[in-house]
Amino acid sequence: METLVYRFEQGQRKLGSAAQLVGVVSSGNLEVLVQSLDLQSACEIEVNTAAVGFGVIWQAVMNDFNQRWQLADCRIAINDMGATPAVVSLRMDQAIEACLEQAK
Amino acid sequence: MTVARRWNTLQANRQQRLQRTAEVLGNDLQGKLFPPQRIGDCLHVVLETGDRVCLEGNNQKQADFLAKALTRLDAARVHDLHMLQSVLALPEHLDVFDKGIASKLDFSFSGPQAARLAKLVSAGKLNIGAIHTYLELYARYFVDLTPRVALVAAQSADRAGNLYTGPNTEDTPTIVEATAFKSGIVIAQVNEIVDVLPRIDIPAGWVDFVVQAPTPHYIEPLFTRDPALISEIQVLMAMMAIKGIYSEYEVKRLNHGIGFDTTAIELLLPTYAASLGLKGKIASHWALNPHPALIPAIEAGFVESVHSFGSELGMEDYIRARPDIFFVGADGSMRSNRALSQAAGHYACDMFIGSTLQIDLQGNSSTATLGRIAGFGGAPNMGADARGRRHASPAWLKAGREARAGSNQIPRGQKLVVQMVETFREHMQPAFVEKLDAWQLAEQANMAIPPVMIYGDDVTHILTEDGIANLLLCRSEEEREQAIRGVAGYTPVGLARDKRMVENLRDRGIIKRAEDMGIDKRMATRDLLAAKNMKDLVRASGGLYQPPKRFRNW
Repeated sequence: METLVYRFEQGQRKLGSAAQLVGVVSSGNLEVLVQSLDLQSACEIEVNTAAVGFGVIWQAVMNDFNQRWQLADCRIAINDMGATPAVVSLRMDQAIEACLEQAK
Repeated sequence: MTVARRWNTLQANRQQRLQRTAEVLGNDLQGKLFPPQRIGDCLHVVLETGDRVCLEGNNQKQADFLAKALTRLDAARVHDLHMLQSVLALPEHLDVFDKGIASKLDFSFSGPQAARLAKLVSAGKLNIGAIHTYLELYARYFVDLTPRVALVAAQSADRAGNLYTGPNTEDTPTIVEATAFKSGIVIAQVNEIVDVLPRIDIPAGWVDFVVQAPTPHYIEPLFTRDPALISEIQVLMAMMAIKGIYSEYEVKRLNHGIGFDTTAIELLLPTYAASLGLKGKIASHWALNPHPALIPAIEAGFVESVHSFGSELGMEDYIRARPDIFFVGADGSMRSNRALSQAAGHYACDMFIGSTLQIDLQGNSSTATLGRIAGFGGAPNMGADARGRRHASPAWLKAGREARAGSNQIPRGQKLVVQMVETFREHMQPAFVEKLDAWQLAEQANMAIPPVMIYGDDVTHILTEDGIANLLLCRSEEEREQAIRGVAGYTPVGLARDKRMVENLRDRGIIKRAEDMGIDKRMATRDLLAAKNMKDLVRASGGLYQPPKRFRNW
């Protein structure tokens, strides 16, 4: 088990919705919990992953995620069971799109 | 004084073989038929040391009784056979080399026996002439690899020796034609001998001996994929394929490779593609085995025609009930033909889309892995621009225009060749590499060139979960490399991309992400599959599709 924490400052987009949970914790999959929270316009992501030693890839996945969405005041918790980067990105995008849809 | 040359040595030799066999079999030979227990005696006198022998090892149907009989020959009497086979599937196909009965091999695909084949080669028990694509090997049957003896498999024979090969006709007509018309000997194993055949696939005049095998020939259900195992990433990639390629190029005539990536596309036609208004506009004419996963698209009216390389176990009754779609005989059962379907896929299809294991920075794609000699099969014939093609279609013209835009080359079209792959395979193995394993394998196995499945200069698009790279639009080797890196995700190759250049390629539409295509990723769930499991496929077929036992998991 490994825990990785990322924080991106000065986000632009507030989700302003209730918490969203997508995905399940099963082999090759992950769950993503998204909450709105006052973080002085930052976005915080905590990853708990069963696969140890992929820090470089997680960092790249999170950088791209931040670039896509530029979230502000958002806390994301991820429980991962060895999902590929593709699945991680898809789940995270699905969670954010669900938040945005709900806030409309 | 010159001695007059004899021009009929092949015919004379053929007569000697037939005569020897008639003498050995005696009263057991009834016309062309003899009992299975005499197969050893027959082969011992029909075959001569050094013969080129074409054993029907197909993609699906196997002449397994004859293959076994070959392994029981006395190597002191018959040896150094030169085996010609499109597919090495059974252990017996290699046992003949282990036992010193055969010594040379020309073939096309050996997936199931790839590891053992590599071992026999390095032990010096087997000499590979060449590894071919299907059409290439069949072509050589008519030029410099004509079989002296062919050992084939049919469903049934009548007492005159006519053969019914039925849905899994596959290679039989090609092999028999090459052998029978160059004074060779054709021996067929059949499952049953009947008074009247449903239809005649091979006329008796081309067949010399028929033997009823004690058990029906083996057929592998090679193209059946359980929809329950399709992932959401595969659904997302299928959405990108449909919206970013099928729709964009109006692809009507196509071939799909084997695997879950393309199965997902087949299952998204009646749902996602229909929702985009694409019914009747894409994917109507196919060179394809009768994939069970195509049933929902057929039922939804997407598909107009399917010609097949071989059949697929369990699809017989469904095919029989859809004669407008499939190629069937007057008797109602399908007839496949691998050589003709390969030609159809090469010349008459506008697109090939299939999976692979490794792609390098030039877009070369390979399924070769170390310690295994797996060969090629049909993908290279499908996944190659047909340089001899002249007729136009919207897809072919558009691809040609894109490749030539801005240059003063004479207009011509181009085939779409799409490689579809997740950036990471199982166990986080990257699908994108700086150098293909094929190079190392070539060195290990002493091959003249690395075994490349599809050459980069034929590949037009690479599709991953990261997006689509349109290689037709790349104008330099550097652009091409960055376009490939740009869809290589978080693999080392992908992470080493030049970010500015990749963004530039994206601005120019050379790289398209899901969001650039207007794809809503929330829709990328298994709910989008027209069938979510095997039972759904059976239901979609109205109960006509009968999956093999191992796929019956309900």
